Amino acid sequence: MITRRDFIAALGGGIVVVLIADDSDAQEAGGGARRGTREPMPQQVSAWLHIGEDGTVTAFTGKVEVGQNARTSLTQAVAEELRMPVGSIRMIMGDTALTPFDMGTFGSMTTPQMWPQMRKAAASAREMLIDLASQKWMVERASISIANGKVASGSRAAGFGELTKGEQLTKTITTSAALTPATEWKIAGTSVPKVNGREIVTGAHKYTYDIKRPGIQYGKVLYPPSFGATLSSLDSSAAQAMAGVKVVRDGDFVGVTAPDPQTAEKAIEALKANWKELTAETNARDVYTYFKKTSRDGDQSKPELTSYNIAYIAHVPLEPRAAVAEWEGDKLTVWTGTQRPFGVRSELSENFKIPESQVHVIMPDTGSGYGGKHTGEAAYEAARLAKAIGKPVKRNWTRQEEMTWAYFRPGGVIDVGAKIDPDGTITDWEFHNYNSGPSGLQSPYAIANKKEQHHPSKSPLRQSSYRGLAATANHFVRESYMDELAHAAKMDPLDFRLKNAKNERLRGVIEAAAAKFDWKSRKKSPGHGFGISAGFEKGGYVATCAEISVTNGVVKVVRVVEAFECGAVVNPDHLRHQVEGAVAMGLGGALFEQIDFADNKILNNRLSRYRVPRFNDMPVIESVLLDRKDIPSAGAGETPIVGIAPAVGNAIFDATGQRIRSLPMAPKALSV
Amino acid sequence: MARITELDVNGSRRRLDADPDRTLLSVLRDDLDLTGTKYGCGEGQCAACTVLIDGVATRSCLTKVGSVAGKRIVTIEGLAPEGKLHPVQEAFLDAGAMQCGWCTPGMILGAVGLLHRNANPSEAEIVSGMNGHICRCGTYPQVVSAIRSAAKKGVRA
Repeated sequence: MITRRDFIAALGGGIVVVLIADDSDAQEAGGGARRGTREPMPQQVSAWLHIGEDGTVTAFTGKVEVGQNARTSLTQAVAEELRMPVGSIRMIMGDTALTPFDMGTFGSMTTPQMWPQMRKAAASAREMLIDLASQKWMVERASISIANGKVASGSRAAGFGELTKGEQLTKTITTSAALTPATEWKIAGTSVPKVNGREIVTGAHKYTYDIKRPGIQYGKVLYPPSFGATLSSLDSSAAQAMAGVKVVRDGDFVGVTAPDPQTAEKAIEALKANWKELTAETNARDVYTYFKKTSRDGDQSKPELTSYNIAYIAHVPLEPRAAVAEWEGDKLTVWTGTQRPFGVRSELSENFKIPESQVHVIMPDTGSGYGGKHTGEAAYEAARLAKAIGKPVKRNWTRQEEMTWAYFRPGGVIDVGAKIDPDGTITDWEFHNYNSGPSGLQSPYAIANKKEQHHPSKSPLRQSSYRGLAATANHFVRESYMDELAHAAKMDPLDFRLKNAKNERLRGVIEAAAAKFDWKSRKKSPGHGFGISAGFEKGGYVATCAEISVTNGVVKVVRVVEAFECGAVVNPDHLRHQVEGAVAMGLGGALFEQIDFADNKILNNRLSRYRVPRFNDMPVIESVLLDRKDIPSAGAGETPIVGIAPAVGNAIFDATGQRIRSLPMAPKALSV
Repeated sequence: MARITELDVNGSRRRLDADPDRTLLSVLRDDLDLTGTKYGCGEGQCAACTVLIDGVATRSCLTKVGSVAGKRIVTIEGLAPEGKLHPVQEAFLDAGAMQCGWCTPGMILGAVGLLHRNANPSEAEIVSGMNGHICRCGTYPQVVSAIRSAAKKGVRA
């Protein structure tokens, strides 16, 4: 197995910049907790960059690509500071043997943290090229310029390779030469298309689901009929009699492998298992009282608080979990779609009791994650089966497996209450979140007395991160209740928000969204309603206006305007796609997505029973991007999702007078 | 029913040996290594597995391979022979109509099938024609504009 050191050696001569992490560029991080990570924040190498003797530029990062277009934005960072075309840069991502350690791709941290680090590494490489040119040509550094991949001074010019040829330079940096200010960006800040778009539209890109290895066997795993069930007996004789099939048993873990997927499927169906099932503690209907009953801090209910319910929902990444595992002696290589390749390496190292240096996790650009792929279930299964049979094993999860045995966005109950002065100033605010989570818990409005608490509860389902975490639930409740308060104060919902918003960036997005939507000239008509919401999380400010229609109780979202501001815009088109895509995805959780469960079983673990947004659910979506070149760039993969549910809920109230205090708001239709 | 030993895929005859009851999706991916055709749900709900059968966009996860013997099958790999992109592929690139890209091959073939039936679809016809396709990343607006721009350029399958 190759190591990073070997890899750098294998890259050959040229120049290498090694960057030691420094998070000083990161924006304020918001109120979210860090989830599911056992590693401490590394105080070590965070990125490196190599310019080969042939001028090839290769940058290395532990971040991964799951559709958010980090591969493109990070390539832009290098191209900008090295003054070279995007197409000449190779970006190696999420490979535990080749790239620096990284906690994972979550929390919208790629842009605020990795992006400036990539720029620093590239800016230092640029300075090294200038040093080399200065020495070789014996000219003043000040006379040297770099543009379009060429170094020039007076009449002399050279490609990067001409300067790095024969060199073996490594520079370790913590800070770099000044980064190019956003006002002078030529490549950063522009709509560079997805760098590997051609591989996507031709079907050439190999996702984990598509990878084959010589001699590969296909694995299936026997899952219990319900959560928590234990295996009491197993008859595997029929499966074992099938040609090429191997049955693997290790305690309650039972799997099969076969030379092709069809045989593996037949073999798993041929297993006769008896299970001891558990009695369920709750179900999808009763879980809201269960959250309060099992709250770590006790039930904080009070009559003056208003209660909202949040259902569990599924990520439904269109590529389900998948892994290929291959052992060579006691060394393990795994290809898997995960947002935390180094975290999966730790899981595998612990499970197999081998050092992390013997585990190599490779993360091909993956068919999305949305916070749903932090863990290594498929990787562990594939590796267990591969170890048992001594051959490489592929383990592709089905949709039903993905929607049962992965994890869910937490359900929750949120109680809220407030007091307002006659002029509309909020003086007191009380907010209790049971189970759903602390992200985005804090109100961005200026309120004198606030009590905002997250109370962890027992969760009947396995739960973890989801795009935006609990900021979606917390914004839904906060912004719906802001609407309730505005109506109580007999104020326009826009004016009420502006009355209580003192932060200039928050006011900026509210005003921008309202202006584009033409909020002030909106015209009421029967069956139509308008709603507005605003918020802040993870360095991004968002405001959303929605127009809806209601026909026989069926809610149709007609038009959405969302203003978003996350500092200097890195790639306008890709930012727009994150904003509009988040609105599209968020409509599902707002209106109809919910996981139904009872008797420790998921009852709607397939797309024919779990509705996700489609083309005909789409409103006209208009995004307003506020480009603040004076503010460091923050991430945009999550926060744009938090505004749509409350904007739609407030519009439903405007249209019907019904205040919907639950997500989803209209799984089938409103009760009329 | 006899085993399937030959399929017409992307303009060439491919030898294989498959049970006719297997899905076309499985045969394309597992036997012919045409992995551009994607699994998404296995029940015809997401259309990530869309291929063209005699020019008609078809869900390969619901299609038995025995039913397509002798028919013209086109997968995403066959849409750009000799590396020249199909105009619908170009339009998807130009519109940036992809995020993670898992649904993209099926979307593109669905769009080619749609434009084959209706060379100049209205926005409403694009929405209804493509409604069986799921993009979980929510690139629907970009996909609609890609199809509109391909139609404007007069693309036919």
